[in-house]
Parts: sequence; structure tokens; C-alpha cells
Amino acid sequence: MGFLTLITFIPVVGMIIVLLLPKKNLNAIRWVSAAATFIPFVLASYLWTQFNYNLGGINNESTFQFVEHARWIPAFGIEYFMGADGLSFPMIWLTTLLSFICIFASWNIDKAQKGYFALFLLLETGMIGVFGALDFFLFYVFWEVMLLPMYFLIGIWGGPRREYAAIKFFLYTLFGSVLMLLAMLALYFNTTDPVTGAHTFNMLHMMDQSNHSDWLKILDVRYLIYIALFIGFAIKIPMFPFHTWLPDAHVEAPTAISVILAGILLKMGTYGILRISYPILPDIAASTSWYMAVFGMINILYGAFVAMAQKDFKKMVAYSSISHMGFVLLGMSVFTSAGIIGAVFQMFSHGTITAMLFLMVGVIYDRAHHRDIEGFGGLGLKMPVYTGISSVALFAALGLPGMSGFVAEIMVFIGAFPVYRTITIISAIGIIITAAYILWTLQRVFLGKLNPKYENIPEINGREIFTMAPLAVMTILFGIWPIPILNLMKTSLNYLIQIIP
Amino acid sequence: MVEIAVIIALLPLLAFVIQIFFGKRLPRQGDWVSIGAIVSGFGLSLYLFIQMLTRYDPGFVITESFTWIDLGSFKINLGIYLDNVSITMLMVVTIVSSLVHIYSMAYMEGDPRYSRFYAYLSLFSFSMLGLIIWDNLFGIYMMWELVGLCSYLLIGFWFEKDSASNAAKKAFITNRIGDFGFLFGLLIVVTAIGSFTLTDIAEGVASGKLSGGWLTAAGILLFCGAIGKSAQFPLHVWLPDAMEGPTPVSALIHAATMVAAGVYLVARLFFMLSLDAMIFISYIGAFTAIFASIIAVTQNDIKRVLAYSTVSQLGYMIMALGAGSFTAGFFHLVTHAMFKAGLFLGSGSVIHAMHHAMHKLDVHDDPNDIRLMGGFKDKMPTTYRTFLIYTLALSGIPFFSGFLSKDAILGGTLAFAVSQSNPIHYLLPVFGFAAAILTAFYMFRLVILTFHGEPQRKDLYENIHESPKTITIPLSILAVLSIFIFYTLPGINPFSAAHGWFEHLMAAPASAVAQFSGHPVVDISEHTAHSSHTLAMIISIIVALSGILTAFAIYYWKKMDVEALTEKMGVLYRLSYNKFYVDEIYEATVVRGLLMWNNLLSWFDNAIIDGLVNLTAWITRHTSALSGKFDNAVIDGMVNEIADITQGFGRQLRRVQTGQIQTYIFAAVVGAVVIILVRLV
Amino acid sequence: MISLQTYLIISALVFIFGLIAVVNKKNAVGILMGVELILNSVNLNFIAFAKYVDLSIKGQIIAIFVIILAAAEAAVALAIVLNIYRYRSTIDVTTVDLMKN
Repeated sequence: MGFLTLITFIPVVGMIIVLLLPKKNLNAIRWVSAAATFIPFVLASYLWTQFNYNLGGINNESTFQFVEHARWIPAFGIEYFMGADGLSFPMIWLTTLLSFICIFASWNIDKAQKGYFALFLLLETGMIGVFGALDFFLFYVFWEVMLLPMYFLIGIWGGPRREYAAIKFFLYTLFGSVLMLLAMLALYFNTTDPVTGAHTFNMLHMMDQSNHSDWLKILDVRYLIYIALFIGFAIKIPMFPFHTWLPDAHVEAPTAISVILAGILLKMGTYGILRISYPILPDIAASTSWYMAVFGMINILYGAFVAMAQKDFKKMVAYSSISHMGFVLLGMSVFTSAGIIGAVFQMFSHGTITAMLFLMVGVIYDRAHHRDIEGFGGLGLKMPVYTGISSVALFAALGLPGMSGFVAEIMVFIGAFPVYRTITIISAIGIIITAAYILWTLQRVFLGKLNPKYENIPEINGREIFTMAPLAVMTILFGIWPIPILNLMKTSLNYLIQIIP
Repeated sequence: MVEIAVIIALLPLLAFVIQIFFGKRLPRQGDWVSIGAIVSGFGLSLYLFIQMLTRYDPGFVITESFTWIDLGSFKINLGIYLDNVSITMLMVVTIVSSLVHIYSMAYMEGDPRYSRFYAYLSLFSFSMLGLIIWDNLFGIYMMWELVGLCSYLLIGFWFEKDSASNAAKKAFITNRIGDFGFLFGLLIVVTAIGSFTLTDIAEGVASGKLSGGWLTAAGILLFCGAIGKSAQFPLHVWLPDAMEGPTPVSALIHAATMVAAGVYLVARLFFMLSLDAMIFISYIGAFTAIFASIIAVTQNDIKRVLAYSTVSQLGYMIMALGAGSFTAGFFHLVTHAMFKAGLFLGSGSVIHAMHHAMHKLDVHDDPNDIRLMGGFKDKMPTTYRTFLIYTLALSGIPFFSGFLSKDAILGGTLAFAVSQSNPIHYLLPVFGFAAAILTAFYMFRLVILTFHGEPQRKDLYENIHESPKTITIPLSILAVLSIFIFYTLPGINPFSAAHGWFEHLMAAPASAVAQFSGHPVVDISEHTAHSSHTLAMIISIIVALSGILTAFAIYYWKKMDVEALTEKMGVLYRLSYNKFYVDEIYEATVVRGLLMWNNLLSWFDNAIIDGLVNLTAWITRHTSALSGKFDNAVIDGMVNEIADITQGFGRQLRRVQTGQIQTYIFAAVVGAVVIILVRLV
Repeated sequence: MISLQTYLIISALVFIFGLIAVVNKKNAVGILMGVELILNSVNLNFIAFAKYVDLSIKGQIIAIFVIILAAAEAAVALAIVLNIYRYRSTIDVTTVDLMKN
């Protein structure tokens, strides 16, 4: 069994153990979950040391790393086919890290803990699987596996409107899944395995244009498939105008789930486009890139403007996610080194930054039991450590130099400017708006006179610091020295650009 | 050498890290860590500075760089660029910063966040020093934002005051607007040239990779960053508000160093400015100079007067650079840093004393208000004397440093106007001289109202005391540094620095723009320069003296009634007093507009986009309800109908079943008979 | 010599009387008697056909079977009637309509 399989399925083993434990034994449940997420993290970190920076991956199996093949349903050309390259590996590592952190952020879940942790572990398997899968069918299965626990995690452990939010999330993503399923089947029936001559779900075979049937060479068909895939993924990003599930889901979800949702799930949309849409239909990707840039611009500005109008702290952070994912779209749309690497780096860095932001909101929500931005004030006086860490998170979101968000954004701008001048410049207005809403929030929550209601609010505790501090350190570290992550990505992504005509 | 520069910058960063994590637990809350770091930095800068003086080479440049990001086809190189300008700038920053660090020991004593204050000061020193030594625009942009952050943290240091947190936010966002232009310019440059490094850009511009309209655009957009940071019109609004920060911060950041970063940037980019860009820059500077000095005349808050004065002087520097007087502009930056830092520290000394007096008497009034002062010169002799020296320097009186640099600027702009064919450019020197009158006037108004005349509040006056040594010593050092001699050596002519080390070492860099064909920008003949210089000197002395005399006439000898004069000036007075309503205009248009736009979009998101989603859900739900009804009524109805009909038949047929066997038999017989009859017939 | 027709006509008349008794009598015993008449009219036919037509001994054997069957039938029917009488104190068949509808 390979490392990638271990990383993917150890959480499921953990889930089984959790289910076998007695319901009353809370600590055992928590620590087993922690262990079941910590081991994959250690393994992923070990794989990082083994990672060969010179191999590209993308559409060439021999340059994929940690590849695993196993027979699954040979009759339909379905394989258990996993592997990592510079595009997926940073995401896998980030997933294992955030999952581990989120176990601690879930420490004081107050009902049905057994079910919660079991579902959470299943969710982690789904997420890692999505990033590791190289067989489209397997990808789809993991994609759906991830959806179900998410529904329950929001719908049972969420806030007052949790059912509405959970159903909205579920239906929205299911709608995307259906389109993806159709596109997948269309591709399946028009791709042949070069060796056996049978239809195949193998993504890498799908990426080889010579395996396509004549029907799949018709331009209109390619457009349709591309659009179906794109909408499927765009819902996950979430791209304007498919974004409205996000604020609701975030507001209702418990803290840890918000972290996972924003930190990992959103990235699956852009990851899917880069992993599947681009290499399989490169010509369509090239000819529709302008639209993607425009959508990126809309996401950046729209998210920022709407975020500024929010009164709910968590909703503000949710809209800021929409804004930041716009940078990914913009960077992806240009097929220049700086643009696309900036986009993937933004996926990574936004994963850490937004996780910090949601954890930050979680900390204050646990104490004050509300999230109204206007209802705080002067917390800097009573909670200096919390204010310090939160400032790091907020300034990172604002794109301050020395933090990873800045490197990603500036790379996206540098990459996008030569291709789409006007769009890039209009998008850059986003950095002003972002500064405005972040600072305004910072001011209303932490600065000013202390709200007398919070005279005795307790300072952030050790467990909460443990969840936020590693992310803060990473944000600053990769802001000053982004080379470790960029090195992971650059061979693969530079290779990806070459595929696009 | 490069290593020394890097160490100078990194020492304060180290101090910052130590202060943030351990500051509170260290003895004296760790102020000695920060002070030690910056004073060591000063020592090392001094070493570099002395080396520069002994070398005495105007063309000295040393660079060293490494690859920061390498993505194959795209690289970002970062590196260090040391020349006479950056070494001098290091010197200025470390001097002022060291003095401010020392001064703060007394000024910030007893503040609950004392160690945090020093941490921020250290972080600021690091960012500023870093900004000076980078050899590329990318690094400068990074540090540029970081100094913005430090400014935010320090302006909002007393964040429990709403006015302070508002001012901090305003400063950051206003700067961000300027930075947007900076970023835009950066993108144009890197797209055309493919590198951020200053030397590469110079080569690229020289070889025509970036030229014409794009070059002018790049110059103007990069200058937008400077508009924000150096508080030029129309983004000057944050600087006066920034006075909410502690006074040492005002001295360090909002007078001497950070705001000078914009000027420094323009100086660094001097080689790539086209003529159009330069004229744009020059007019922005000139307008700001006169605009801000008009406002300064009517302000009553001691720090606000100085703040507008700073805006105005920064305008001077920008104007000079735009008019091609590189040396003059940078010269004024250096001299201004010394005496303006001194003015702020001096005002801080006064405020400190006022604050203590008010505290003692338990009066709650604004300690910054000059209308509550008067006659302090006997109570605070050191502060008074040093303050007077700075004021003389700022007003442009011979024998003080300000005269030399201001005179160079005025001479330079005059020469520029002479050399240009379009006579409209005479506006530049005219604006300059007008601002000079006003400068002399408002500065002496300030001095007279604060230190001379009758005390306005006897009770406060009785309790005013001179500040402690840690405050007066930095004041004295800066006062000494405002004397002409430090800038004219080896010459000793108090009226001209033409033969001094400064003019010799800080020669304007050769322009890379094709338009100027290698000359240091505008080609001004030796003769024009000399004659304009002499003329400018005479005018500027007259102008400064007349400003001072007017101030004395109005406020000291009371030849004119202030009230009556105010009445007479009417609209102009109100405009000036209310800062031309710029803040109000922004509030009404930009801020209000943005908020409305946000709310509109938020409504759009909730009502329309989400409404559409919910509408889809509603339609689906109702369709399903409808089809449910159809299913119930029609499909199921048909099934039931058949059942009903069958049942009806059954009900009718039941009647036949009488239960009387005889009936059955009768029926059977009748049936048999019928069958037989049918068969037979 | 009495012709076959005579037998058949007498048999038919007895059958009709029996039938009328079965259909019209309210008394259950009367009905039983009608049934006996019908059975015996059939017997008469069998015997007549045994004599005149080539049915020989078979007709007479069937007649004996019918007589035995009628005896058994009468026994059962009388038992039922007796039981009805025991429950209802009447043997009027028009009142016995448990099977109605």
C-alpha cells in the first residue's frame, strides 16, 4: 500500500475506531480523531521531503509521484489510480494540516460528539481523495463522499438556520455534480484506452487528444463539455453568480467546518479546473480565458464591496473569501508563469489565511455568543494576545507585504497585467476596498472604547492559540520566503502552461 | 559595505521581535533593546557616512542582489543598492530615529503599552531603513506598505480614543489609494522591462523598451505612491489627522522620515521621469506647498500647524524634483528632516508640560491649543531657544540650514521656468515664493503665541516646567544640526552650499529618458542657473523677512486687530480654517458613496442573486406540490374511479342475491327454459 | 302396451309438480318433498328408457343409485331443517335469508 492511500484512508480507520468507542468517553474520541488526522499530516510532511521538484506530472503518468494503481471495476475501465504532482501535493499537505488543526478547533462541540468526529474524519478522506485521484470516476466518488458528511456537519451541528443552509449547500453542489457527471460520461464514452481499446475513466488518457473520438473533436461539443465542467467547478469556488450558498453555509456551520469549507473545499473548484478542464480541453480553455478573467474581476470587486456592507463578522469573512478566490480565477485565466503559479499559491495561502480568520471569529463567538461586528469594540484592551494574532490574520487578508497573501496577489497581478491590462487594473481597485473593509472591521471590533459588556471577557486560551499560531507563522514565513511552496508548484504549472495552445 | 547596510536594517527588526514576545518581562520593559538597536544602527551609518565623505566620489554605487523568486520564465531579484543618496538617507533616518527613541523614554513614561510602543518604533525603523537600501521597486513597494502599517499602528497607538483609531484607518486607506497607482506603475514597468531592479529599469528605459506615453504614465503612476505617502494634494488629508498619534511618532514618521519616503522614491526614480511626468509632479508639489501653507495660517492646534507646514514643505521638495533640481529637493529633505523633527519634538515638550499642568490642576482642555499658551519662554528656556532656531531654519533665514535648501529649490524652479519656452511655468517659482511668505508668517505666529506675550491661562502657566534631560538633549542636538555649517563644509559661505560636500556628492543621476539625451534632466545653462540663483536668494530673504515682520506686527506689536482682520478676510479665512472642506467633500462623496454602493450591492446579493436562488427553490417546491396534486387528483382519481364503478356495479348486483334459495332455483329454471327455447327456435 | 310417451308425459308432470313445490312451498319439509318428486320423476324416466331404449340394465342401476342418494339427501336435509327449527322455531324458508346480499 502506498503512502498516498495511507494518507487518504487513515482517517476512515480513525472513523471506525471512533464509532466503536463508547459515546461517553469524550476524551478518547477526541484524541483518536486527533491521532487519525495527525498521522496523515506526518506522512504528508514526510512525502514532502521525498518530493522530486523536477517532475511535472499533469498529463504524463511517468512524471507523477507516489503513483498507485489497483483494479477496481475493470469492466467499465475504472481504476483505483492515485498520484501527486506539483498541483495537487500542496493541496494535500494543506488538507492534512487544516484537518489536524480543526480537530482542536472542534474540541468543545457540545452535542453528539461521536457522530461529529466520525463524519469529520470521513470528510477528510473525501478531501484528500479528491486531490489525489487521477481516475475521473474515483475523483467523482471522492467528490460525493465529501459532500455527504458536509451536509450533516452543517445540518446538525450548525447555527439556528442550519437546515436551510445545509440543504442549500447540498442542492447547489449536487447541481454542480450532475453537470460534472454528464461531462464525465460524455468524456468516458468518447475516450479509448490506447492499450486495450476500451473506454476509460483514466484522466491522463482523457488528456491525450489522440484518444478522443471524432465526436469529441467537434468544437461545439467541446464547448458544451467545458461549460458543464466549468459550472460544476464554479459552484464550488464559488464564482459569481453561483456564490450565495457560501455566506449561508459559513454563517451556520460550526467554526471548524467553516475553516474546512473555506480553506479546502473552495479550492477544489479551481483545482478541478486546473486538473481536469485545462489539460483535457486546452483549446477551449484558451479561447474562453477572457470570460474567466472577467469573472475573476467581478469576484474580487463584488466580494469586497459586499463584504464591506456586512454586519455579521462571519459573513464578512465569507464574502472576503469570494473576493480572494477571484484572484485565483484571474491568475488562472492568463496562462503566464507568474499568473498561474500566483493563482495556485493564492489557493494555498488563502487556505491558511481564511482558516485563521474563521478561527478568529470562532474564538470571539465562543465567548460573546454573537457575531455582530458593531456589538464589540475595544477588545484590544482586554485581549491583547487575541488582538495580536487576529491582526496578523486580518493584515494577511489585506495583502500586507511580508505575508503570503501579498506574494500571491502581486504575482497574479504581474502575471495578468500583460495579458488583460484593463481587467487587471480594475481588479487592483480591490486592494483598496479590501483595506477599507478589513481596517473598518478591525477598528469596530478591537479598537475604540471597551464595550462595558465585555469587561470580563477571558483572553484566548492555549488550545485556541495552538490552532491559530501555526497558521500565522506559516503566513509570515511563506510571505518572506515563499520558495518552498513555489518550488513544489513551478515545474508542474510551467508544464501546464505549455499544454495550453 | 552591503553587509553593514543590511545589519543596520535588521537590528531594529530583531529588536521588534524581542519586544513583541518578551518586551513586558524585560527590565524597563525592554526600551533599551530598541534604543540599543537603533543607536548601533546610527553608529554603523556614521561609519558608512564617514567613508563616503573620505571617498568624496559623486559617482559611487555599490549593489548586490540575489534571486528571491525564480519561476523559470519569471524572476524577481532583490538586492541592496548603496550610493551617496541612500547612505545620507540612512544617516538622516538613524539620527532622527535614535533621538526620537531617547526622547520617548520620558514622553511615553508610564504608558500601559510602553514596550509595545518601542516594538512599533523598531518595526518602523526596520521598514524605513529597508526601503532606503533596496535596489528594486518590488522591495521598495513591500517596505512602502510596511511603513504604512507601522504608521497605522503608531497613529492608532492610543486606540481606545475613537479619533485615533479613525485617523489610523484613514491614513492607511488613503495611502492604499496612492499605492494603487504605485502598483499600476509597477506593473507597467515590469511588463515592459521584465525586471524590478533600478539598474535594469534604467537600461530598459535607455534602450527604449519603455518610452513615450507609457513611460510618462509609469512615472506619474509611480508618483501616485508618493502622493499618498508624502501627503500631496489631493491625498494630503491623512497627515493632519495622523497627529492623533503620540508626538514622538509625529516627529519621526509624520515629519522627518516616512513622509519623506515619497520624496525619496521620486528621487530614486528621477532617471526615468519624462518631461511631462516631471511637469505634472512639479505642479502637484507647487500646489500642495501653497495650499497647505494657507491652511496652516489659521490653525490653532500646535501640532496641526506643524502638520500642514510639513505637507507644504514636502510639496516644496516634490516641486523641486519635478523641476529637475534633484540636489535641491533632496537637500531640503535632509535639512527639513532635522528641523521639522525638532519642531515636533519641541511641540511635544510643550504639550508634555501642558499635559502635566492640566493633570495637576485637573483641567480637561486640549493641551495642544495655542490659545491656552503664551509666555512660555521664561518657563521653558531650552525648548524655546531650540524651537526658535528650528523656526528660523524653516522660515529660510540665512545662517540656518533651511535657508540653503529652500534657496536652492527656489533658484532651481526659477531656472527651470527661464529655460522653458512656455511662460506659464513661472507659476512654479511664484507659488514657491508665496508659500515662503506664508511659512515665515505662520511659524512666527506659532512662536509668538506659544512663547511670547502674556500667558493666556495663568493657572496653567504657573504649573509649566521645563522638560527633563532626555527631552531637551535631543532638542539641542537637532538644533545644532540646523546650523548651516554642517551642510556647506568644506565651504563656510552661509549663503550658498554650492561648494559644500552635499552639492558635490548628491549629483543628479543621468536621465535614461531619450528626451533628455543623458543630461541630468532639464538642460539649464550655467549662466541661467547662476543668475536665477542670485535673484532667488535676494527675493527669498526679502520674502521671509516680510512674513516674519507681518507676524510680529499682528501678534506681537498688535498693530492690527486679529479679529478685525479675520472679519475682513471672510470667505478666505473660513476656507482656510476649515481646510478648504476637503475632508467634508470626501466624506460626502467618496465615503458616503462607497458605503451606499456597498449596501446596494449587498442588497442586490441578498435580494436578487439569492432571491433568484430562492425563487428557483420556490418554483421547484411549488411545481412539485402541483404535480403532487395532479397525481392525487388525476392519476389516483382514475384508479379510484374504476374502483368506484366496480363497487357500484357490485352494489346493484347484490340485490339479486336475495338469500332465498327458491328465487335462485326459479331463476335457474327460467334460464334453462330460455336456453332450451333458444336452442329449439 | 303402454307407450314410452305416456311414461315420459307422467314423468314430466311429476317433475313439474315437484318443481312447483320446491319453488312455491314456504315449508322446508314441503320443499324436501318436492325434491323427492323431482328425483322420482327422473327415476321413472330412467326405468322407462331402460325398457324401451337400448339402455338395458344400466338404467335400472342408476335408478337404484338415485333412490339411495335421495335417502341420504333426505337424511341430511332433515337434519339441517331440524337444526334451523331448533334455532329459529320455524321452518319457513322465506325467513332464512342469512345469505342475502
